[in-house]
Amino acid sequence: MGRYIAKRVIMAIFTIWLVATITFFLMFLVPGGPFLAEKSPSAATLEALNRKYGLDKPVIVQYKNYMLNLLKGEFGESIKQRGRTVGDIISTGFKVSAKVGGIAILVSVLIGVPLGCIAALNRGKWLDNLIMVIATFGIAVPSFVLSTVLMIIFSVWLNLLPTYGLSSWRHYIMPVIALSFYPTAYISRLMRTSMLDVLGQDYMRTAKAKGLSQFKTLFKHALRNAILPVVTYLGPLIAYTLTGSFIIEKIFTVPGLGNEFISSITGRDYTMIMGTTIFLATLIIIMNLLVDIAYKIIDPRIKFK
Amino acid sequence: MKNNHKPFSMHLDVSDFLPADKEEKQSLVIMRESVSFWRDGARRFRKNKIAMASLIVIILIFIFAFILPYFYPYGYEQQIRGSENLAPLKYSAAELARIEAGEKVFPHFLGTDQLGRDLTIRLMLGSRISLLVGIVASFLVLLIGSLYGSIAGYFGGKVDMIMMRVVDIIYTVPDILIIILLMVTLKYPLQDLANNVPGFTWINDVGIGLISIFIVFSLLYWVGMARIVRGQILSLKEQEYVTAARALGATHRRIIGKHLLVNCIGPLIVTTTLQIPSAIFTESFLSFVGIGVQAPMPSLGSMASDAIGGIYSYPHRLFAPAIMISLIILSFNLLGDGLRDAFDPKLKN
Repeated sequence: MGRYIAKRVIMAIFTIWLVATITFFLMFLVPGGPFLAEKSPSAATLEALNRKYGLDKPVIVQYKNYMLNLLKGEFGESIKQRGRTVGDIISTGFKVSAKVGGIAILVSVLIGVPLGCIAALNRGKWLDNLIMVIATFGIAVPSFVLSTVLMIIFSVWLNLLPTYGLSSWRHYIMPVIALSFYPTAYISRLMRTSMLDVLGQDYMRTAKAKGLSQFKTLFKHALRNAILPVVTYLGPLIAYTLTGSFIIEKIFTVPGLGNEFISSITGRDYTMIMGTTIFLATLIIIMNLLVDIAYKIIDPRIKFK
Repeated sequence: MKNNHKPFSMHLDVSDFLPADKEEKQSLVIMRESVSFWRDGARRFRKNKIAMASLIVIILIFIFAFILPYFYPYGYEQQIRGSENLAPLKYSAAELARIEAGEKVFPHFLGTDQLGRDLTIRLMLGSRISLLVGIVASFLVLLIGSLYGSIAGYFGGKVDMIMMRVVDIIYTVPDILIIILLMVTLKYPLQDLANNVPGFTWINDVGIGLISIFIVFSLLYWVGMARIVRGQILSLKEQEYVTAARALGATHRRIIGKHLLVNCIGPLIVTTTLQIPSAIFTESFLSFVGIGVQAPMPSLGSMASDAIGGIYSYPHRLFAPAIMISLIILSFNLLGDGLRDAFDPKLKN
C-alpha cells in the first residue's frame, strides 16, 4: 500500500509540474501582454512595467524564476489588480467558491444516494421510472441552461429569488441547485445500478435467511457495498463542481475563483493565470488522489497494484 | 427410388450415386440462416422504443440544421432594419406595411435579436455547429484513441506501460482548465496560419473557434477511448485467429487493422456515440463563456449567453437554444445507451 501511495504521489507531482509548465509556455504564445489593454502606455512606461514584473527577461529565465518562487509557495503579485498578491486573491475567491461548491456536493450526495436507493428498491414501478426520467434529463441539461431557466422562473416571473451576489441564504439557492443538479442525477443513476447489483448478491440472501430485519440488511449490508461507486465518483465530482463554477459564478455574478480565472485569462494577467491554474489543478489532482486511496481503504477487495 | 428395387440384391442402383441436387442439399442443412453481427444488433436496436425515438429526433434535428436553412428566406448574419427585438411571430411596422400592400412576409417564428437578426435561422445554424462539433470531435477521438489504444494493447510490455502512463497523466490533467487556456492561445497562431500561409485559408472558412475546439478535443479527450480499446485488444490478441494470422505471416499493421479493431467494433461505436453529447456540451460551455465559436457565427451556447443580457425584457430568447441543446444532448445520450444495449451488452453497468 505504501508503494502504491508513493507511486501515485510522484505521478501527481509530475502532473502538477506538467500543467504548470504547459500553462506557462502557452501564455507566452498569446500575443499582447497584460499592459496593452491600458490606454496605449508610452514605450518607457511599458519597459518599466515589464522590468518590474520581470517580463523583460528571456522566457526560460522567467520560467526558472517562477518555478523557484513556486517551490517557496509564492505565486507573485497580480499584474492587473495592483497591490494584491495572487495568493491573496485566490484565497478570497476560493473561500466563496468552496462554500457554494461544498454545499452543492453535499446536496448532490444527500439527495442522489437516497434517490438511487429508492429507485432500486422499487425497480420497475412508477417511482423508479419517475426518478430515472428525472435523472436522465438531469444529465442532459447543461448547468448554464438550467441556471438561466431557473433565473427566468424564480427571479423574472415569480420575483422570489435574487439573481446576483451572495449576501443571504436566499442567494445560495439557485447557484446550488444549478451546480448540484447534474451530479445528483448522475449519483442517483450510479447508486441505482450498484444497489440493484448488490441486492442480487448471495450475501444479501444470507442476511435475510439469518432473520435480520430489513432495516439492518439494507443499511448494514446493502448500502455499505452499494455506495462504493459513488465514492469513486467523488473525485470527478469535485473537479466538476470546481470547473462548473466558472459558468455558475459568471451567471450569478458570484465573486469566486472561477470568475477570477476567466477574467484573468481575458485580461492576460500572467501571474493570475498561472496561480489559479496551478491552484485548481493541484486541488483537483490531490482530491482525485485522496478519493482513490480512500476507495481502496474502504473496499479491501481491491488490490493495490 | 425405383420400384423394382430388390432389398437383398447386390445390384447397385446407379441413381443413388448421382450428385445431390440443390433441394436435397438444402434438406441437410439444420442451421438456420446465420445472423450477422450488424443484423443481430439492428434487430435488438429496433425493439428498443426509446432508442428508436431518439434516433428519429436526431434525424429531425439534422434536417432542421442542415437542410432547412437552404429553404429559409433569412440569413444568419442578415440584419433586418427596423425589425430589431421582435417577439416571436410578430412583424415590424415596415413588414406590416408590406403585408398590407399584399406582399408575403416570412414570419419570424422565434422573433429577432437586438441587431434585427432572425432567431430561427440562428437556431438552425447553432444546432448545425453543435452537431458538427459533436461528430467531428468524436470521430477524431475515435481515430486517435483506437489507434493509440490498440498499439499499446497489442505490443504490451514496456510499450504498453509507457503509453498508458502518458494516458494516466493526461487523464488527471483538469480538462476544462487546459481547454480554456488552449482555446485562447490557439486563436492567434491559427489566425496567423490562415492569413499568411498559402494553402491554409480554409481555416477561415471553417472558423478558428471550431478548429481550436477540434484540436483541443484531439489532444485531451482520446484517453478514455484509448483505455477502452486497449482493454479490448489485450483480451482479443490472445485469440486463436490472431495466432493463425501471425502464422500466415500477417504484418502487425494488418493484424491490428483487419483482425483486432474489427472485432471490438461494438465498444468502438458505443463509446464514439457517447462521446458526441460530451463534445457538444463542451462546445456550448465554451461558447457560453465567450471563447468558443466566433461571432457572427451563432452557437447554441453563445445564443443562450446573449439571451442572458436581456433576461428581464426578452426571456423567451433563452428558451429556444436552451431546449435545443438539452434535446440534442438527451437524444444522443439515449441513442448511445440504446446502441450499447444492442451492440455491446457486456458494457452495461
